[in-house]
Amino acid sequence: MMTTGEKLRRFFRTDQGVGLLLVSPTALYALLLLAVPLIAIVVISFLTQTGVRDFAPGLSLVNYKEALSDPLYRELMLRSLMVSGSVTVVTVLLAFPIAYFVSFGVKPEQKSLWIFLITIPFWTSYLIRVFLWKVILGYNGVLNSGLKLVGIIDEPLTFILYNVNAVIITLAHAYAPFAILPIFVALEKIDRSYLEASRDLGESRTMTFLRVTLPLAAPGVVAAVLIVFIPTIGDYVTPKLVGGPGGTMIANMIQTQFLRLNNAPLGATLAVLAMLIVAVIAIVFLIVGYRAAGGGKKGGRG
Amino acid sequence: MKTLKTYAILYLVFLYAPIFLLPLFAFNTSTIIAFPLTGFTTEWFTALLDITEMHNALFNSFKIAVTSAVLATIFGIFGAMASTRYHFPGQKGIMGFIMLPLVLPEIIVAVSLLVVILKLGMSTGSWSVIAGHTLICTPFAIAILNSAFAALDPSLEEAAYDLGETRASTFRRVTLPLVMPGIVSALLISFTISMDEFIIAFFLTGADPTLPVYLFSMLRFPKLLPAVMALGTILVVLSILLITIAEIFRRRGAKRAGLKDTGGFL
Repeated sequence: MMTTGEKLRRFFRTDQGVGLLLVSPTALYALLLLAVPLIAIVVISFLTQTGVRDFAPGLSLVNYKEALSDPLYRELMLRSLMVSGSVTVVTVLLAFPIAYFVSFGVKPEQKSLWIFLITIPFWTSYLIRVFLWKVILGYNGVLNSGLKLVGIIDEPLTFILYNVNAVIITLAHAYAPFAILPIFVALEKIDRSYLEASRDLGESRTMTFLRVTLPLAAPGVVAAVLIVFIPTIGDYVTPKLVGGPGGTMIANMIQTQFLRLNNAPLGATLAVLAMLIVAVIAIVFLIVGYRAAGGGKKGGRG
Repeated sequence: MKTLKTYAILYLVFLYAPIFLLPLFAFNTSTIIAFPLTGFTTEWFTALLDITEMHNALFNSFKIAVTSAVLATIFGIFGAMASTRYHFPGQKGIMGFIMLPLVLPEIIVAVSLLVVILKLGMSTGSWSVIAGHTLICTPFAIAILNSAFAALDPSLEEAAYDLGETRASTFRRVTLPLVMPGIVSALLISFTISMDEFIIAFFLTGADPTLPVYLFSMLRFPKLLPAVMALGTILVVLSILLITIAEIFRRRGAKRAGLKDTGGFL
């Protein structure tokens, strides 16, 4: 009989054991600084604040009742979802042709240069980029003064700053590479001979695109949708700088609860609710997407 | 394809518009950030030399970015090596969880760390920003290092074992030099992310603001905006420089391993 210590020592010499040992520092760090805080925030969302750092004993649903019944929070949540949804649709629709162009229209040796050019703006200061959108969209901004100079408009357009539109434009700009890259990767994986086969069998260019390219690119599009939708719901800087009073989102309220009103439990509740709603939408989207793709395969094409 | 190419170029213009406008206003004499431009000046750049709070913020950010980059790259090496060279139980779940900060809204990371720190009775400071930045930089480091480790030919390491090297000495003398370009690339990317990150720093910075947090407070004062433009120009130029160097290293690494370049970090 081997002792437990002996067994463990043997295990950590196998490939599996070495792998686990190697990943453990990184995994432990994520456990301590991500899992524990996420659990903590869920727990705190069930508490009620009594002092600066004191909570009333016992768990309660008071915060959830308040968060769900107060029309202000409900409106902020709905608006955040609407903004995230619009940003996702706009970003992915604008991104698809770019990804398609780089994958199918650019010489192989120039592809990485294009991808690099697309990602560069993403690596520059987010704060500065958002602020510049304020300069572009403002009353005397670049866009308005430009359009006036050309004579397209007489009065500055006011519907493009300090409202939801400005937030959507700015976020669509910020998340562009996140949408382009997954679609590009999916398009790159497509075996080009499928497209030739389709053409040889008499399908037109458009039909080949719709019936071969698009279904094969679907995983990339699904990834792009999720990678844009999930983080945008929690954006703080863009609504704060270009959103105005009508463009604030749930993250701004979470910040107010934590840093200004000193009501961490309610802030935690709003954060948990936002994540829950996003998770549910993401899962439903994934299931629907998976069904659609699976159904297509089973049904066969033509 | 021609219409697509026109569209692609217009799209690049859209992507680069804010970055191109930045230096125009940074070198413009007017204090109002609007067209038409009034004249050329470098006064806003020299004005930056007199703002001592900014220098402190810059130094603080630099310190935080260097530390976070080193920590994230070390965690990245462990994570990438484990996930590319070994199969272990729960691999998908563990790696997925480590990569989670890539999609998690930063405000969630920020507030959840804040409540834990306050609950433990500690106060926030540079250390807590470093902790948060290390967490969000690690997935990027892993993504870069994954391709570096995946490109590595395992037979080179096996040859070292056969010649009597231990696991540790093989790592130091064979593996490390071969993945070095990936490591440099991961360090630079992590540094850039930490240097530009705002939300986590905003919640966790305590008394000493980082550069983005200080910059955010400057935005409220119209008088300071030209200086913001000047500072922004410097930051953007610096970021592009670092990212370009990181890309060169990443490609060199890919070439050394004889891989076809696929482009992009993500």
